[in-house]
Amino acid sequence: MPVREVAGVRDWQRRARGRRLLGWLGWLGGTAVVVASWQAISAHTMWTFVWDAPVQGADLASRMFPPRWAYTARLWRPLWDTLNIATLGTLAALVPAVPVAFLAARNTTPSATLIRPAALLVIVSSRSINSLIWALLLVSVIGPGVLAGIVAIALRSIGFVAKLLYEAIEEIDRAPVEAVTATGAGRGQVVSYGIVPQVLPAFAGISVFRWDINIRESTVLGLVGAGGIGLELQASVNVLAWPQVTMIFLLVLATVIVSEWVSARVRHAII
Amino acid sequence: MLSVERLVKRYPTGDAALRGVDLEVPAGQVMALIGPSGAGKSTLLRCVNRLVEPTAGRVRLEGEDLTALGAAALRRARRRMGMIFQEFALVERLSVMENVLSGRLGYVGFWRSWFRRFPPADVEEAFRLLDRVELAESCDKRADALSGGQRQRVGIARALLQNPRILLVDEPTASLDPKTSRQIMRLICELCRERGLAAIINMHDVALARLFVERVVGLRQGAIVYDGPPDGLTPEVLTTIYGAEDWSEARRRGGADEEEEEEPEVDEQRLAGLT
Ligand SMILES: Nc1ncnc2c1ncn2[C@@H]1O[C@H](COP(=O)(O)OP(=O)(O)O)[C@@H](O)[C@H]1O
Ligand SMILES: [Mg+2]
Repeated sequence: MPVREVAGVRDWQRRARGRRLLGWLGWLGGTAVVVASWQAISAHTMWTFVWDAPVQGADLASRMFPPRWAYTARLWRPLWDTLNIATLGTLAALVPAVPVAFLAARNTTPSATLIRPAALLVIVSSRSINSLIWALLLVSVIGPGVLAGIVAIALRSIGFVAKLLYEAIEEIDRAPVEAVTATGAGRGQVVSYGIVPQVLPAFAGISVFRWDINIRESTVLGLVGAGGIGLELQASVNVLAWPQVTMIFLLVLATVIVSEWVSARVRHAII
Repeated sequence: MLSVERLVKRYPTGDAALRGVDLEVPAGQVMALIGPSGAGKSTLLRCVNRLVEPTAGRVRLEGEDLTALGAAALRRARRRMGMIFQEFALVERLSVMENVLSGRLGYVGFWRSWFRRFPPADVEEAFRLLDRVELAESCDKRADALSGGQRQRVGIARALLQNPRILLVDEPTASLDPKTSRQIMRLICELCRERGLAAIINMHDVALARLFVERVVGLRQGAIVYDGPPDGLTPEVLTTIYGAEDWSEARRRGGADEEEEEEPEVDEQRLAGLT
């Protein structure tokens, strides 16, 4: 009880005494864990390398500079591939993500005991595996190339889009749904009139947001052979062509800035 | 026309919202259901069209037992009951026309409604209703661009486009200012008269109920405690419905309102000019 009476004056505190003590113990435990972890990390670190890091870094930077501008001519094509991987992968993810979201949302699922857990499982498994790992698996299944990249991006995005969408579906205003139901509308009509208009802005926002993330993720997929500009990055690193690496970094940076700007504009326009 | 027999609703939380309600509404009658907040007014309306499943009892519409219907038959029966809501319950991001046309959803197939290809007769009727509620020029506006009174008129048009036999009206004016409240109540009652519709109108404003309806039913803690003309709402009756309070104000305001009704035109025009 946070309220106590001391000499006829009622005193109030946010937490009762026991809870307060527990809070302090929590903080104490947390600090202990941090200290212990630091010691463990420190014991496994070769400090000579760390102390050397600034020198090595400066050395690398000097070799990376200036970027090899002429190299861009060979980069447009892989960059185009990267954009396609991200865009097609996102589109391919949206198609299954929408039904999965409706099956997972508590207020639209046909069965909360059977279908909802299945839909949630799809979401969790898609989300828990990074697209780079998906790509790694897919390259060995369908071979290296752009297709593996597209599928990897799509598989990773289904869960992301479906999760955010089903949360949006669960948060809709119930009144219009009730009103549409009361007109004698069927199940599908209740969804298309009562729910879809309410979640459409969220859906558009989520899609563009994921596309923006996918642009960034697809730049590295080439490292495992799944096409795009990552392939060039790997090739350049392998031959220690640091000015080319810089050039790739700059191009990727520019692309990401543009995609971020586009997605911000689109989301602004919808909401 | 509508008859409710021994209707009981107990929510899973344990609240007994209705404890055996009997109610008979003849064709064309407009009645008010009054009672304090939590009396079970909304629950009663929602049990009639089964937005809420009644725990026990029967609801009959034109002889048909609604409580026994399967899903498809229930949807067909719902077309005959138009519902109007306190917070308007429009789909905010759809246009006024789409909201009104959603009143036809029980009559058209899924794909037709998905592509907004409603039969021309439905669209024509929608325009007629929008004219009637004076919103024809707003038909392309989005519902969230309208004022409260305008939104409620869209809600009324939507309910009427169902071509219902009865209107279930849940506190139509609780989110509106006093003047708009009167206009909306007047509109609902006029439309019911024009079309020979019955209506159950939930409200908590006793004075407003007195002005517009021929019959008042008082609900308290899920049971009917008064059923009669508005004139019978004596302080004693109001006390049984709402609990002890000084009722002279509610009764006097009812009387005063009636006098004011004689010359509303001037007032309305003045206000219309301002907006
Ligand atoms: N969805 C619900 N779940 C549980 N209890 C509810 C629900 N809706 C209403 N109630 C309860 O039922 C009673 C009647 O509520 P309601 O029909 O909304 O009354 P009114 O419309 O007259 O204010 C109240 O006690 C309320 O708490
Ligand atoms: Mg209510």
